Amino acid sequence: MKLHAKIPDGPIEHKWRTWLDAHKLVGPRNRAGKNVIVIGTGLAGGAAAATLGAHGFKVKSFCFQDSPRRAHSIAAQGGINATKDFANEGDSTRRLFADTIKGGDFRSREANVWRLAELSENIIDQAVAQGVPFNREYGGQLATRSFGGVLVQRTFYSRGQTGQQLLLGAYQALEHQVAAGNVSVHSRHEMLDIVIVDGEARGVIVRDLVTGEIERHAAEAVVLASGGYTNVYYLSTNAMGSNVTATWRAHRHGALMANPCFTQIHPTCIPQSGEYQSKLTLMSESLRNDGRIWVPRKSGDDRRPADIPEPERLYFLEERYPAFGNLAPRDIASRAAKVVCDEGLGVGGTGRGVYLDFRDAIEQHGREVIQDRYQNLFEMYERITGENPYETPMMIYPAPHYAMGGLWVDYELQTTIPGLFAIGEANFSDHGANRLGASALMQALADGYFIAPHTVTNHMAAKRGEVSTSDSAFDAAQDDVESHIAALVDVGGSRSAQEFHREMGNVMLDKCGMARNAEGLNEALCKVREIKDEFWRDLRVDPGVEELNQSLEYANRVSDFLEMGELLCHDALRREESCGGHFREEYETEDGEALRDDENFAKVTAWQYQGEKGDPIPHDEQLDFEEVKLATRSYK
Amino acid sequence: MNFKLEIWRQFESGQDGAFETFEVSGIDPEASFLEMLDQLNERLSHEKRRTVAFDSDCREGICGSCSLVIDGNPHGPRQVTSCQTYMRDFIDGATIKVEPYRSTTLPVIRDLVTDRSALDRVIEAGGYISTTTGPQPDPNAMLVAPDVQEEVMDAAICIGCGACVAACPNGAAMLFTGAKVTHLNLLPQGQPERESRAISMVNQMDEEGFGGCTNYGECARVCPQEISLDVIGMLNREYRKATVKKKPKAPPKMLTQ
Amino acid sequence: MWRSTIGKKTIVAVTGAILLGYLVLHMAGNLNSLFGPGGAEPRVDWYASWLREFGEPLLPYESVVWMVRAVLLTAVVVHIIGVVQLSARNRAARPAHFPARKIGRSWESRLMMLSGLLLLAFIVFHILQFTTLTIDVTPLEHGAVYANLYNAFQEWYFVAIYVVALVFLGLHLRHAIWSLAQTLGLDSPERNRGIRYGATGLTVLLVVGFALVPVLFWTGVLAAPDEESATAMINSLKGRA
Repeated sequence: MKLHAKIPDGPIEHKWRTWLDAHKLVGPRNRAGKNVIVIGTGLAGGAAAATLGAHGFKVKSFCFQDSPRRAHSIAAQGGINATKDFANEGDSTRRLFADTIKGGDFRSREANVWRLAELSENIIDQAVAQGVPFNREYGGQLATRSFGGVLVQRTFYSRGQTGQQLLLGAYQALEHQVAAGNVSVHSRHEMLDIVIVDGEARGVIVRDLVTGEIERHAAEAVVLASGGYTNVYYLSTNAMGSNVTATWRAHRHGALMANPCFTQIHPTCIPQSGEYQSKLTLMSESLRNDGRIWVPRKSGDDRRPADIPEPERLYFLEERYPAFGNLAPRDIASRAAKVVCDEGLGVGGTGRGVYLDFRDAIEQHGREVIQDRYQNLFEMYERITGENPYETPMMIYPAPHYAMGGLWVDYELQTTIPGLFAIGEANFSDHGANRLGASALMQALADGYFIAPHTVTNHMAAKRGEVSTSDSAFDAAQDDVESHIAALVDVGGSRSAQEFHREMGNVMLDKCGMARNAEGLNEALCKVREIKDEFWRDLRVDPGVEELNQSLEYANRVSDFLEMGELLCHDALRREESCGGHFREEYETEDGEALRDDENFAKVTAWQYQGEKGDPIPHDEQLDFEEVKLATRSYK
Repeated sequence: MNFKLEIWRQFESGQDGAFETFEVSGIDPEASFLEMLDQLNERLSHEKRRTVAFDSDCREGICGSCSLVIDGNPHGPRQVTSCQTYMRDFIDGATIKVEPYRSTTLPVIRDLVTDRSALDRVIEAGGYISTTTGPQPDPNAMLVAPDVQEEVMDAAICIGCGACVAACPNGAAMLFTGAKVTHLNLLPQGQPERESRAISMVNQMDEEGFGGCTNYGECARVCPQEISLDVIGMLNREYRKATVKKKPKAPPKMLTQ
Repeated sequence: MWRSTIGKKTIVAVTGAILLGYLVLHMAGNLNSLFGPGGAEPRVDWYASWLREFGEPLLPYESVVWMVRAVLLTAVVVHIIGVVQLSARNRAARPAHFPARKIGRSWESRLMMLSGLLLLAFIVFHILQFTTLTIDVTPLEHGAVYANLYNAFQEWYFVAIYVVALVFLGLHLRHAIWSLAQTLGLDSPERNRGIRYGATGLTVLLVVGFALVPVLFWTGVLAAPDEESATAMINSLKGRA
């Protein structure tokens, strides 16, 4: 299969304009006759549904939560990047573009990233017009800060709840369109399959999670905004319900899955405390602006942190990366924490934690300044751990956080199935092998507000026949869904899906997490398959499919995670290099840094599904770097 | 730690339910309340009994999904969401009563799961600024003083969990609606629709059947985001001013771009 | 306005405010009895007749009193109908199995309905006693306000009824006054403390002010009325009628 990214010709600055100038339109009077389905109501999905609704298309928006406002975008804390250059530092589209390409370790598509940087400004304008309360300076202007080691202050924020405020902005825009009659929201509905007619995505099969009814919905285009697959690790910063089902079912129908091994492990999370812990909580990366990260130099040093004198503390990030210090990019900071913990220097009950210490910052700036900057984060930490970060250092440890990989999409965000679009975290995105802080919100909203509405319109402008939900393709898809559900219930074993999920997550995190090697990956492949077999032998789901059945919902999602986990290992095995979030122990420099192989792997790997038994087939898209020269990422 | 749980079991909406007693043992004090319920459900699976249904998603106190009533307190005893309620906050060996939200407007779907779509419809009635995606004015064209921004943000952080409704002996949604009206009506961008927003949202509250405020203040005492009763005063004020000020009626449906 | 919950609450608050305003005037008027039996005419008797003659000759005798009574009656009726309708609505919003647990709400707020009902009963009793003079357990004479008060409050049970009623009035008002500010949206973060203190202060002022009269009569601080002047007064009134 030849992957054609459909990137417009011309200089990079003009590509998007060129595309916009030439794309096909649908006249206002014809729009009401065109249905679009949007799966997911996070930043990308909510924004796309609201925008397409405002254009006058008939939009059906689906979410598994009880309200569109609960999508997990809401949990993003830190901020959103935009090249407004309000701080007058000479920031520009090109700088944000270059930072993102380099931060992604040269594994993203230049044209897409440029467009993202270009649109970043519009997002701020849009959000402010919707009433998103970004923090303000004393004179009333928007405030910005530097985030995640970036050299300019281009991050806009609403206290530590930027994701919440942006999501509520999108949610309110969505409800506005519901009131206007253009969008219908179907909450507590989960997409279980897409329907393909004549090679194009023409509808979905969803399950009403309250009544258990299987519903059919037909449309001219289907947009997947269902988020990432990080819950493949079980313990992650994702929500309990975050799942891969929508994208995986699309993948089973032929949509290629790109770069699944690019997963991000976020360095500043609260460490795990017990076996039954169900999720890890992220502490905003902004904490690293003032906190210093260290471990005791001596293994097993169980003195109180305050009692450990300066010379006996190992500030490992400052020592190894003097230029960036505690602000080293996420992948680097995470791996460094793992390395010191592997050496036995970790702190906390599990030995998997490092200190994030504000003692010096409090001494330097005073408690009030620190309180002003981080109060709600400190309160959150205290609420969860019962410890006061003003007095004793925080403990943090990396946790799976974000999936850079996802469905392969072209410049139009269209998957390899015509009419099926993937936006936000669901696509393989603009972040390459590592996402920079405050970029996820930017990408999700750029896709949702400013890109997908145009590219989906472009698709819908073509003439195509009517499809009714009584088409045989719908029959077949519904049969598939129903038999899958029946199979889950019929296993009749005794273990809950959560047990299998946890077991699988342990394997994935251990063998396919922050550091990977061929042997471990092969082992993980075997183990995940074993768990999958066991899952289908001993799963227990509450009986009753025509009712609210949370154990069934969960089991259904885990059944897809088990398959996704395998694909992740395949991809990690094939990518014989270290880059960004993907670190292969066989490919490191002498001093333990990632060793990229641009000659062989400056490309996107997109996998084609080959049935449950068959091995997936990889397809490559070569990445060309014309604007930013390929260079080793160095934060030393 | 060991606990005796009295959990509300209700098969579906409209039926009556009853408390069922479960014993759980060996609970980690650092486990959250929901993780304790996860553990119970795993055991129920092994015993081939129907698991307890409850809502949860982000489990970090921001999505607003979790919605238990623990020992009569919406969310739990500590004015934080159920997911951030930890077992260390309970006495070992205690009997804990777990119920769904009790409000006519938020009916039980099953066990501890309730239908909170009424809150979405209140937002749909006017909890937004009518703008569509497209070129927008410079965001610094309308300045917002930081203290106004703070007041706005204090209201805008509402997570829509509905605990205020569950706590209110009148089943009122004043804190929820007041928070949204305060957020949007204080911002310069929210001014053009100031009056119509207050009126539409209040009318929708009434249509949904929420009760009225008698200033008990219980909503603010359980709000995990610590939203102040002041937002209710604001809502009353905005509504009163709006009814006095005659404004042309908003068109029933916004026309598309 | 009447149709929406907040609108109705506003009306309940406004009618409450009218009643509150009346209470303040009434209390201030009562304090006239503290001047004692006086010489020719007790000051409170003079005050009572002044009220009746208010507006003369522009308006007919007693017309202002009747106007005030009409306003008060309307306010009470509207207040009660509003509250009854609102509370029916509130009950409907609260299903079966509502947890009995109270989350720190003040007990006066929980007693609003009870204190309201008792106050209503008290007001009826009070009017029957001192306005229509129907409950004449103790001798009552039209126009001899001071004497009537003195006689009534020599009985411990009348004093007790009035003091208990005032306690409930206090409970009702303490929640009502701050509620009124909140419902009318007069509150603001800076003002709320003041409103809370003001509500308590005004409540205490009213309760103490009202309680002075029965308590001082009963304890004998206020002397018995001068028989003659009272009779003279009554006769002059009769002559006029």
